[in-house]
Amino acid sequence: MSDSQFKPNHKLEFGIYTLGDHLPDPVTGKRISAEQRIHEIIEYAKLADQAGIDFFSVGESHQDYFATQAHAVVLGAIAQATKHIKIGSSSTIISTSDPVRVYENFATIDLISGGRAELIAGRASRIGLFNLLGYNLRDYEDLFEEKFDLLLKINAAQVIDWQGKFRPPLKHAEILPRPKNGSMLIWRAVGGTAASAIKAGYAGVPMFMAHLGGSASTFKQTIDAYRHAAEASGHDPATLPVTTAGFFFAADTGREALRELYPRINEGMKHTNGQGFPKQLFAQGTDPHSIINIGSPQQIIEKILYQHELFGNQRYIAQIDFGGMPSDKVKKNIQVIGEKILPAIRKYTQTNKKV
Amino acid sequence: MNLVVLSSSIVGSKTRIAMDYALKALKEHYPDVATTLIDLADYQLPFSDGRNYLEYEGDTQWVTKTIMDADALIIGTPIFQASIPATLKNIFDLLPVNAFRDKVIGMVITAGSPKHYLVAEQQLKPILAYMKAQIVQTYVFIEEKDFYQKQIINDDILFRINRLIEDMVLVTKTYTTLRQEKEKEYGF
Repeated sequence: MSDSQFKPNHKLEFGIYTLGDHLPDPVTGKRISAEQRIHEIIEYAKLADQAGIDFFSVGESHQDYFATQAHAVVLGAIAQATKHIKIGSSSTIISTSDPVRVYENFATIDLISGGRAELIAGRASRIGLFNLLGYNLRDYEDLFEEKFDLLLKINAAQVIDWQGKFRPPLKHAEILPRPKNGSMLIWRAVGGTAASAIKAGYAGVPMFMAHLGGSASTFKQTIDAYRHAAEASGHDPATLPVTTAGFFFAADTGREALRELYPRINEGMKHTNGQGFPKQLFAQGTDPHSIINIGSPQQIIEKILYQHELFGNQRYIAQIDFGGMPSDKVKKNIQVIGEKILPAIRKYTQTNKKV
Repeated sequence: MNLVVLSSSIVGSKTRIAMDYALKALKEHYPDVATTLIDLADYQLPFSDGRNYLEYEGDTQWVTKTIMDADALIIGTPIFQASIPATLKNIFDLLPVNAFRDKVIGMVITAGSPKHYLVAEQQLKPILAYMKAQIVQTYVFIEEKDFYQKQIINDDILFRINRLIEDMVLVTKTYTTLRQEKEKEYGF
């Protein structure tokens, strides 16, 4: 598997992700068109590539206020528009999709991009696709486990025999095209709770862990649980990369970062989840031990390094465009990441020994 | 201030009678407070299947959204089998984990027996606390003997409902004002 590229003492990779949300900017009350939003996302990927950022990913959500339902198509455009940056999904809802078709799409993205594609499979936090495609919500867990398992099998062998509950059997089926290097990196998306992380650990699959807010040490428990579970079922945790993913905003001061980011997160979450983000909890975001990476570039560097020391994660990815964040501010953040944050992180994580 | 009065049972009449009195008293003493009555007997709600509340339709969407948009909530409930009715538990199950954050909640309990007095204390309050409510600690407990011919005939119960309402408006105003002041201090 190509995940051998991640070694315990590998430098920390830095990525950017978008959920592909399509929300009004609460500061102006205006919402750009879906067309413009999709073009902006492709543009962010190009800028991230030019800035030397390691990874860029796009998610799918099938509900109001989102624009990248066809995230694989957007990633196809990004594959063509970029040169070096790794690209992936954040995440692909495997439960309600056919793993064969998903694999075909992502293997194709991998070929277009010259071997830069990765796949992050999740379960969906909302039921949009279940309704659209006629799946039963009662099968939420079973669908994910069966289809994710099939996806891994397709990745491991070109010709497979498979039988399951939710899809017709595959008999000596050849799944084509193959990714450039024969297989690609497939991650399991985890919402931040230990219960979910343990399942990724048992399966010995790389983990993509999202975190909204709270103390970094809380998420350390989730990562520990993942590694213990992996070890208990005979996998070597040192070979299993961990990505952490969460809110990010850099400004001149912590206060300014809070002022820019908070209304977008709060109003955006009201639209997409039906509940805002408590201001009290967000105010703790500038604390050095908070998981939310907001503040001045220097504060953010210290936080990311602290989290890296705590987690031994191989990649951190930043969500910088949520809630109608204006394009110029997103671009400014990509520039700050490239010029100030990346060089510092690379300098300090080259010889990291902790896992 | 947006206050929702929830009559949590689909059978019987005592809880609704108590809620009607609470609504009348609210309108009389606090005409500025916007009130909405939800009587679960008037709606068809499925059992929660775990989806986000925004994804329900019809009655369920209306009921959950109305509760989510409230600043304060009076829960009126009977006690069945030494616990809260399933209809009320279903409302909690339909809502998100932190649904009652920044909401003030008061309770009016109707029961056939004084033996049920601690049910609200031991079973309802822990749920409200888990869901992050600001709980008005003192609740009104009404027994069968306090009703006659679809009326509350015990003046003390009426006094207590009036005091509960007063407490709810006071706590909601205080909490909301001080929280807003605190949030201003954050400076973002």
